[in-house]
Amino acid sequence: MNAEFKKGIRHGIPIALGYLSVSFAFGMKAVGDGLTWLQAVLISATNLTSAGQIAALPLMIGGASLYEMALTQLTINLRYGLMGLSLGRKLDGSMGTVQRLIFSFADTDEIFAVASSQPGKVGKRYLYGLMLTPFLGWTLGTLLGGVAGTVMPAFVRSALGIAIYGMFLAIILPPAREKKPIRAVVALSVALSLCFHFIPGLNQISSGFVIIICAVAAASVGAILFPVEEEGQA
Amino acid sequence: MSWSAFFPYVAVMAVVTYLIRMLPLTAFRRPIRSRFVQSFLTYIPFAVLGAMTFPDVMYSTGDLRTAAAGVVTAVILAWRGKSLLTVAVAACLAVAAAQGILMLL
Repeated sequence: MNAEFKKGIRHGIPIALGYLSVSFAFGMKAVGDGLTWLQAVLISATNLTSAGQIAALPLMIGGASLYEMALTQLTINLRYGLMGLSLGRKLDGSMGTVQRLIFSFADTDEIFAVASSQPGKVGKRYLYGLMLTPFLGWTLGTLLGGVAGTVMPAFVRSALGIAIYGMFLAIILPPAREKKPIRAVVALSVALSLCFHFIPGLNQISSGFVIIICAVAAASVGAILFPVEEEGQA
Repeated sequence: MSWSAFFPYVAVMAVVTYLIRMLPLTAFRRPIRSRFVQSFLTYIPFAVLGAMTFPDVMYSTGDLRTAAAGVVTAVILAWRGKSLLTVAVAACLAVAAAQGILMLL
């Protein structure tokens, strides 16, 4: 086996372990919400994105329009666009158009973070290894959660329900602690989200649109008040 | 959920998500010039995750008290920069511990 490929696989293991626990919770939640385990696995295998998948569940169950689904996914996953722009400059000559088309499928927050933190340029063998283990972890975790989630005792299920949110907090809080603009954006977005949840009238709006409105408003205010100096810097 | 209702959703999700990831890596290889757009894209992930986490996390365990135990634990560990796995597992354990305490009371 190629050394670069092996290195990618090795670097993907911690990501895969994190994904395993979070996707377990996703699989369990999806089946609890009325999907079959196979449907949950199909979502994970074709999307590979935690926040987008979690947001999709109430839309599916509630029979939302495909338009709302598309717009929700677009907003939630818009960050991948920025990451792609940034990562594009780090790819070496082995990453032609075909390789880019393949790697694009797995450009998640964590894979992006690990790839970006490598010294110098990264090539296809390393990136293929780096996408393989997390993909397996994400899909396998969903399968296990979807199948075993329903037979687990209620107290275990409710304890696991918080896993995904724990991961979200682990993503947003360290940069929020370091950077005031991010702190302000998160605080504003959370405040808006609470308004949409508790204020009569506003709480009639469906979950996908609430996320879109809160995120676009908070990020716009952040961009106006705290314009970034360089691409990717906050 | 019926497969006929399910397929259009999963297809839309997968296609939209893939296009967002794929286009910047393949088609648009030039840097973004607009400072507003750059800033907006920098802040979007944090805004999205913030709105998705609150207040939903408080209902994720079926009991506000156990959820609060998990949130406090997760916030403290995440604030200290612990890894995704550590924070997620610790939040689950805190919820489990809170459930145990509530059962004993």
